Amino acid sequence: MKPAPFIRHVPRTLDEALATLAEVAGEDGRILAGGQSLVPIMAFRLAKPAHLVDINEVAGLDKLADDGKFLTIGARVRHAAFHEPVTANPLGRLLTYVARHIAHYPIRMRGTFCGSLAHADPSSEWCLTAATLDAVMVAKSVKGTREIRADGFFDGIMSTHLKEGELLAEVRLPLLPPDGKFGFYEFSRRAGDFAMSAALATYRLDGGKMTDVRVGLGGAEASPRRIPEAEAELNGKAPGDAAFRAAGEAASAAIEPLEDHQTDAEYRRDLVKVVVRRALEHSLI
Amino acid sequence: MTDKTAITLTINGKDHKISVEPRRTLADAIREDCGQTGTHIGCEHGVCGACTVIVDDAPVRSCLMFAVQAEGKTIRTVEGLADGDKLHPMQQAFMDNHGLQCGFCTPGFLMLAVGVLEREPDISDEALIDVLSSNLCRCTGYQNIIKSVRAAAREMRKA
Repeated sequence: MKPAPFIRHVPRTLDEALATLAEVAGEDGRILAGGQSLVPIMAFRLAKPAHLVDINEVAGLDKLADDGKFLTIGARVRHAAFHEPVTANPLGRLLTYVARHIAHYPIRMRGTFCGSLAHADPSSEWCLTAATLDAVMVAKSVKGTREIRADGFFDGIMSTHLKEGELLAEVRLPLLPPDGKFGFYEFSRRAGDFAMSAALATYRLDGGKMTDVRVGLGGAEASPRRIPEAEAELNGKAPGDAAFRAAGEAASAAIEPLEDHQTDAEYRRDLVKVVVRRALEHSLI
Repeated sequence: MTDKTAITLTINGKDHKISVEPRRTLADAIREDCGQTGTHIGCEHGVCGACTVIVDDAPVRSCLMFAVQAEGKTIRTVEGLADGDKLHPMQQAFMDNHGLQCGFCTPGFLMLAVGVLEREPDISDEALIDVLSSNLCRCTGYQNIIKSVRAAAREMRKA
């Protein structure tokens, strides 16, 4: 239960961090940000990185800015930053509501938004948020800057399309329309535990009908993603039980469910029906 | 370097000059290197909360931080709660409300509750339940812990 030995690097600037990462990435060098997932994995010796590039002292990575189009979240912005809305845009309330479901209070004081995305746990609330809202991931390395769309970022369980030597320096979340509505629901067996399934939905109302609907699903498949079949059941319909149930059914039928030793595919399909419906019901509160 | 490095940890206002490997967790350093054994270690992977301490005003799991990351920061542990013989309102409330039995989880619960109430003095009773779900207790069934923390919250608001 003690991590294996490693060499710690403490860069002070982004350039220094990227240069160090370029040097050590090939020798199993990893970024250490909040450490709330990486350190437990190291304690179990499931990961034994030879080098850790600790970015907690790098200046400027705590950027959190709303430019009227995007909310930009820097690599060291911690979950607790979202305990109160960070923008007056409805996205601020969405992030505050979702953040409450992430692990526990002390974990949220350390863990980071970008770290969650780079870790890519299928049940991660922030991965679901990024996938649902089509976030833009900004990866930096000594070779330059690369922008990756959310639908091309996740690559299965705890895997992303970040390349060796790349740091997820910031994530840009598109703001919601000023009249945008959202709903979120997560199912887990214990408070703060990993979600067995979670759904996030956003839409606008136009003449009493839902439009620009997004339905994202996490924890049910290897990577979180939008479910177009569920969105199709909602666009142009009035919000309500009939449409919400239809969306749950559509999502349930559309997925390739994860299975584990506790739950089989059938269980997760059933769960998804409920989770999608409850997320949509939450949008009416 | 995987070799030991010399660092200074500031715990409850006192400097401890120690020499640790980078992989040394803050929890182990507090206990083994600084001799402050009030902080307990349960699961060593961030689940149980027994090792919760306050670092720069934030309640955190000391098993999920490396000691070298805490250099220059203000660390508070259960040893620093009481003012001489006068217990902190949170400690007093745990005694008054039978908020502990075996006591193993208690330092973690105290630091969690104090840390959160100092940040959010007006936190609702309902939100406190969610906060207290962060830590595990195998004796009390939690009800008396919740009662204790709510009582201490009222005392701390008066102060």
